[in-house]
Amino acid sequence: MNHRERAREFLADREYAKWHDEALWFVRMKRDAAAKSVKEWEDLREAAEKIKEHTIEHLGFYLREFAKNASKKGIKVHFAKDAKEHNEIVYSILKKHRVTKVVKSKSMLTEECELNPFLESRGIEVTDTDLGERIVQLRGDRPSHIVLPAIHLKKEQIGKLFEEKLHIEKGNSDPLYLTNEARKDLRDKFLKAQGAITGVNFAVSETGGIVVCTNEGNADLGTSLAKVHIACMGIEKLIPKLKHLGVFTRLLARNATGQPITSYTTHFNSPSKDKEMHIVIVDNGRSEILKNKEHKKALFCIRCGACMNTCPIYRRSGGHSYSYVIPGPIGSVLANARDLKNNGDLAFASTLCGSCTNICPVKIDLHHQLFSYRKEYVQRGYMGFKKRLSYKTASFILRNPFFFLASMKGYKAFYPFLSKMNLWGEGRALPKPAKKSFREIYKEME
Amino acid sequence: MKRVGLFIPCYIDVFYPNAALSTLKILKDLGYEVDYPLNQSCCGQPFLNSGVFSEAKGLAEKFIEIFKDFDYVIAPSASCVATVRYRYRELLKPSKELEKIIANTYEICEFLHDVVKLKELRVSFPHRVGFHQSCHGLRELELGVGSELVKPQYSKVKYLLNLVKDIEIVDLKRPDECCGFGGTFSINEPEISIAMGRDRIEDHKKAGAEYIVGYDMSCLMHMEAIAKRENEDIKFLHVVEILAGADDES
Ligand code: SF4
Repeated sequence: MNHRERAREFLADREYAKWHDEALWFVRMKRDAAAKSVKEWEDLREAAEKIKEHTIEHLGFYLREFAKNASKKGIKVHFAKDAKEHNEIVYSILKKHRVTKVVKSKSMLTEECELNPFLESRGIEVTDTDLGERIVQLRGDRPSHIVLPAIHLKKEQIGKLFEEKLHIEKGNSDPLYLTNEARKDLRDKFLKAQGAITGVNFAVSETGGIVVCTNEGNADLGTSLAKVHIACMGIEKLIPKLKHLGVFTRLLARNATGQPITSYTTHFNSPSKDKEMHIVIVDNGRSEILKNKEHKKALFCIRCGACMNTCPIYRRSGGHSYSYVIPGPIGSVLANARDLKNNGDLAFASTLCGSCTNICPVKIDLHHQLFSYRKEYVQRGYMGFKKRLSYKTASFILRNPFFFLASMKGYKAFYPFLSKMNLWGEGRALPKPAKKSFREIYKEME
Repeated sequence: MKRVGLFIPCYIDVFYPNAALSTLKILKDLGYEVDYPLNQSCCGQPFLNSGVFSEAKGLAEKFIEIFKDFDYVIAPSASCVATVRYRYRELLKPSKELEKIIANTYEICEFLHDVVKLKELRVSFPHRVGFHQSCHGLRELELGVGSELVKPQYSKVKYLLNLVKDIEIVDLKRPDECCGFGGTFSINEPEISIAMGRDRIEDHKKAGAEYIVGYDMSCLMHMEAIAKRENEDIKFLHVVEILAGADDES
């Protein structure tokens, strides 16, 4: 199935689609209010863009510095070239410590690497502890949003799920009640886990420390209780200095959910006494994107999710309509960077309205990225023959006044017939030609 | 006297001649010498947005050939102007002619605001209108400030509409959400495209608009096609039709 087919399915339930659109628009509105409370907002975006630009330009240097400084503090740093290596490293650490139960806070990277099934097939129980991710995990589903993983589910659906999996009271879908039930269940997982995995929001090269932002404190609880902490990050998570962090934390939570700051912004600078801390730094195709001048900006992303909330397509097709683990505008860009041939539909699943570009806190030119992937898609010969031919024909007609006028006349003459054919989708009437075209009127005026 | 070449995209020529006539009239009234070269058709936008650069190239070359001798090229279509201004450099070899055209191609409202610097209008339009801000005009040509940005909100086109007497511009819940047209997107993904258009119409209707007006006829054409199918009682006009003194019946 391609994006259109999945979108069609999503839209078939009009009421549900409307609810989804409104839920995300509400987040967008909260974001607008929060952003507007910071009068230097646009300057912050510019600063964030510059910092990322500089870091990505000198990534090799900052990675080495980071690894050096982290090691000095007793953190064990590992580099993984791809998902497989990443998973193997994580597994080997867990195995060494005889970990059979691990708690994990939100990390899109581990989704990208499909870490959960990898560990589970080797006998390790993995519990996602972010509430949204836990819901998705219990359902055997995948996140439909990078900040709000379960945004595609209504509270009644979650109530049903908990009835079945957590044996809660029947028919109660009060959000507070459901949250408390999930919390009780998770408490036990936290207490029994011997290992904790977290993502990384920012890695500070100068200090060798990492920063993790959550709203539930689940990363903090997990890492405080378990004897080993493994933090997984992509190579692009670096910032040069601690003083740069404020630029990003001021942007991140406001842009993501409209909060002034995430409830927990935790700095991990060294392992706690008698515990181990590991950082796994993953490439997995990122250095390929880095080499591409036109597309390397995609690596600036701080995963705030705002481009999804604002995207009129995403809101009406849902995160699962995208074939890549990250949905929405940035997901389409990353999917195209990885495999344009098979994700080409995503380059075209956009009106290029540009709202994503305007909202992005690090100023990734998202809609221009999609535009240029369309060009590459065609240049590499991925567009089907029939489609190419129709464009060729149309362009030929438009370049030749004789054929152009003839086709306009034809359209007019056959309009009564054509208008019955739903040529422009069932929900749209075919535009009716005016009595006289402008061309005809103009000639008469001359 | 400055010479203006009128660019009328093919669908406006056929479906919306009054938008073209209004552009012509307003420019003539302002004292410009206006010419409409008959061998024109398309700027190449649909091909560019579909990634088919090779097919857009011939059309762009033709566009330059037709309009190179005018002082200004003016079109009642923001997305075509955005194509010329921001995409032609990627498509064509650098040349003086190209740069001249890029510098002198305007969307009609933009021209009235930036070049003519219109200060007053003697037309009246005693209706409630919803103003649709098409994306390319808003976020590429910067005819206004996108609602995502933390900048003082301003719209060149709203400024012009406010010069019209007796007009009432209604407040929308989503002042600049995309209508879902997107050129070939409307054909590739008709379900979402139509859902988006429907939502826009609903917003305008709930705000009490009798007319949906805008500076990009293609978006209006898409919404009109949906409104027709759903028997919605709402009318569509290009802003320039109002500025040129459209009467009720047009
Ligand atoms: S691309 Fe920009 S807006 Fe989208 S998630 Fe990344 S940082 Fe946020």
